[in-house]
Amino acid sequence: MMPDAFYVVPALLILALGVYTTVARDTFAATVGFIAYGLLLTVAWVQLQGVDIALTEAAIGGGLTGLLLVRASAKLRPTEGAARAERPGRPTRLLAAIMSGAVAAALALAVLALPDPAPTLAPEAIANIGPLGVGNPITAVLLAYRAMDTLLEAIVLLFVLIGVWSLAPDRAWGGRPGPRYNADPDGILAFIARVLPPIGIIVGVYIFWVGADAPGGKFQGATIIAAMWLLVMMAGLADAPPISRRLVRVLLVAGPVVFIAIGCAGVATAGAFLAYPDGWAKPLILVIEFALMPSLALTLGLIMAGAPERTEAP
Amino acid sequence: MSLALDLFSYVAIGAGAFFFLAGTVGLLRFPDTLTRLHALTKADNLGLGLVVLGLLPHVAGVLPALKLIAIWLLVLLSGADASQLIARAARRREPPA
Repeated sequence: MMPDAFYVVPALLILALGVYTTVARDTFAATVGFIAYGLLLTVAWVQLQGVDIALTEAAIGGGLTGLLLVRASAKLRPTEGAARAERPGRPTRLLAAIMSGAVAAALALAVLALPDPAPTLAPEAIANIGPLGVGNPITAVLLAYRAMDTLLEAIVLLFVLIGVWSLAPDRAWGGRPGPRYNADPDGILAFIARVLPPIGIIVGVYIFWVGADAPGGKFQGATIIAAMWLLVMMAGLADAPPISRRLVRVLLVAGPVVFIAIGCAGVATAGAFLAYPDGWAKPLILVIEFALMPSLALTLGLIMAGAPERTEAP
Repeated sequence: MSLALDLFSYVAIGAGAFFFLAGTVGLLRFPDTLTRLHALTKADNLGLGLVVLGLLPHVAGVLPALKLIAIWLLVLLSGADASQLIARAARRREPPA
């Protein structure tokens, strides 16, 4: 009985927060609901012993996406009243309700129709992990069995950044992203932006490093480091770099380029794109992780910093 | 010995849960932003501190124990900081009467 309550209560809270986030009329209230929803989802993943997913959900689902939404809702504030006055007609609302209800019902049916026990590749994943030299099966999946997916994810993030940059007005193109933050240099924000980053960077690198054998990895670690960078920027201690700077561009593509180069080398040495020659799996995975980590941190930080808004000061 | 440690854990975690409850009641019942923040910090600082204290006898080794304590200290730091920022924003919006 006790473990049941342990699972049921968070599930009910998640459902309630999902409903609240959907029906809240105020954009900011809905954003706060979404962040709390992400954090509760993290708890649920921990309960299901998916610690890797829990870390990702906390860092990216709750943290980074939450921050993106907070910034978007702050930008939407001036037009919020006008948007609310514009009420769609009854047929539109009815249609929206039917369609979203149908999607939810189809998803629920699909989940309920899953065979029990669920089909799993976990035994094969564990059985073949030996030659790879990594202890965490999730890392083995991400960088060996399904390395292509991880490569595409890293490249998708670059596309997201290009999408964000393309929102820049012409005069600001190539300039610095976001507003220049002018926080009180003796204030509490500047204080925490000095105290927290050394700790945060160590935690980020630690989560990156233990990813080979325990829950963690480059995405979660890079998110934490990007968050520290954003904190420093928002406290006004450092400015965002202009996006036309060559070093920024090189660092952004360095990780994916190394990944693709190693993948192409696999065609010659192991007979397939992204295949690793015998005995080289662990060192090559490490090289890819080390190359991707800074690129990911920079990409995530710049996505959060937003579109260029200021021209380079002469 | 282990019974005493278990008892200690129950008491500490129970007290921590009490502070979380009290903080939540305060958050819901207190009249303005500053007093609500005051209630919240009790849950963060004392509540989490007591829960961590109660968990300490049950972790294997010194390193996990240090991690737990580090988590508490980080929550203290960020909690105190965030309440300062919220309080400042609230003061700016509604100057004290």
